[in-house]
Amino acid sequence: MVDAATMSALPISSATKRRGNIRVWRRAAILLAPSLILLALFTYWPIVQVLYQSLSVASFGGQAHLGLDNFHRLFADPHFGKAVWNNAIYGIFTIFPSIALSLLFAVGLKESTRFSALLRTCFVFPTLIPLVAAAALFTFIFLPRFGLIDYQLGRFGLSAVNWLGDPDLALASVILITIWKNAGYYMLFFLAGLQGIPEDLHEAARVEGATTFQRFRRITLPLLRPTMTFVFVIALLQVLTTVDHIILMTSGGPNDATNLILFYIYEQAAQNYDTGLAAAATVVSLAGLLVLSLISLRTLEHGIHYEG
Amino acid sequence: MKAERSIGRARQRKGNSTALAATILLAASAFIWMTPFLWMLVASLRPDNAGADMASLWPSLESGFGNFVEAWTSGDFPLWYLNTVILCGGILIVQLVTITMAGYAFARLDFPGRQLCFYLFLLQLMLVPPVLIIPNLVMLSDMGLYDTLAGVMAPYFASAFGVFLMRQTFKTIPRDFEEAALVDGATPVQILWRVLVPLAKPGLVAFSIVSVTAHWNEFLWPLMSTTSPGNQVLTVGLASFTRGAESASQWGVIAAGTFLVAAPLLIAFILFQRRFVSSFVFTGIK
Repeated sequence: MVDAATMSALPISSATKRRGNIRVWRRAAILLAPSLILLALFTYWPIVQVLYQSLSVASFGGQAHLGLDNFHRLFADPHFGKAVWNNAIYGIFTIFPSIALSLLFAVGLKESTRFSALLRTCFVFPTLIPLVAAAALFTFIFLPRFGLIDYQLGRFGLSAVNWLGDPDLALASVILITIWKNAGYYMLFFLAGLQGIPEDLHEAARVEGATTFQRFRRITLPLLRPTMTFVFVIALLQVLTTVDHIILMTSGGPNDATNLILFYIYEQAAQNYDTGLAAAATVVSLAGLLVLSLISLRTLEHGIHYEG
Repeated sequence: MKAERSIGRARQRKGNSTALAATILLAASAFIWMTPFLWMLVASLRPDNAGADMASLWPSLESGFGNFVEAWTSGDFPLWYLNTVILCGGILIVQLVTITMAGYAFARLDFPGRQLCFYLFLLQLMLVPPVLIIPNLVMLSDMGLYDTLAGVMAPYFASAFGVFLMRQTFKTIPRDFEEAALVDGATPVQILWRVLVPLAKPGLVAFSIVSVTAHWNEFLWPLMSTTSPGNQVLTVGLASFTRGAESASQWGVIAAGTFLVAAPLLIAFILFQRRFVSSFVFTGIK
């Protein structure tokens, strides 16, 4: 193989080299052009556009001018504050329980028996259906009195609960759906991560007299850290970019109890036709997304260092 | 010696009972996880006049396909299936071309500005189209693509995620193959198409499964970027269909409709379980 070292050892005139560079550059340009043009149209330009939109203020004279009015209005809007707060609660109470559950499922089902394979399938099923389909099923499951949960509770003499209609319970109900939907997906990554842990380590620890729990804490958990960080990042993206169930089941209600940031944006754009406010909210959530992903990328690097 | 052995046996017995408890807990969780599906199946086959026992998980004696007939005729399922297949297929075909080209460039060509270019791609990993709904809608209407299937597909044609995946896949292929082909006088296009793409098939298959699953299930973007019923996909159709049936409390019909939307991917998963799982994991970890 001709590698860089032998290449540079050969006496090549700088003209030949430059011609080669230009050829490589042209080839790269042709190969990257389709992706770059599409990204420019649907990612970069939209970002510029949304920044401009968020800063442009329509005045009665008809001529728009630049200003921070949209942001003032956004931060003064109690609905937006509620949406940010809800999104934080929703994030914390979906991400941590689903990661904990998926890790337990993975550890419990890592053996390749028919029985574990069957149970794994059960956990993965919810991740394969559209969130709207899950919402349709859970609308009935949470239905007061006649729904699946109340019907089963009723057999034990417990009274009916208005799961989605009670402001104190609505967000918790939505959280339950998200955990149900995502735990199986995260489990797949933990299963793959567990396969990377050599059995010898567990064997050695067992010989030393370590209990199951000790082995889990001292071997499994530390070695799964890179997987854990990765799952954390996709879970984070998930809670900020998916509101299908909110749209179908609660419309952010009752009383803003299930209003999330992306739902707020959707509502401003699709229902109130307030593009300025929607654009400002988009900019805020983009900034949040960037900061959070930078933080998690740093942590991801730490995770890799830890492993290596 | 004897005492030691009996301690060992006691510990083993304790281990066995913990294992049993864990198995029972796992099986119970799996049952809870499957309950919504179980209900969907039972309710969709139950006559809709079950009344208060709609929530029962026991199949009714007088089962039938009435709810499926009702769902099929009141919704526009053939159109929704067709639109969804066109959507997923259209996105995938363009994606496979763009990610193969860009992935190859990042894996094999050493051009100035490669690192910067790579970071530009990175940006799209985080800024998924749902977040950019507002400006993307403006873009679509400027291009005259609002309320068309092509418009729903367009933001997904370039996939940073796919490019990374193909870059990793190409990097695992030894350069010897290309050099041998080069010696035989193959052109760069021939090398990419005849040598590298066949070798990169696992990566392409994994990406395809993940891409089709994602777009089959997507809702918010198709909802926002189309208005006419003729452009509705399965998820959007199901949502409007469910709203109608809900006000009439036709839960059996909703269950049947949900089944029709969810079944294709679930069946595909059961048939190609290994492929699916390894694709999800492959595309995630790499």
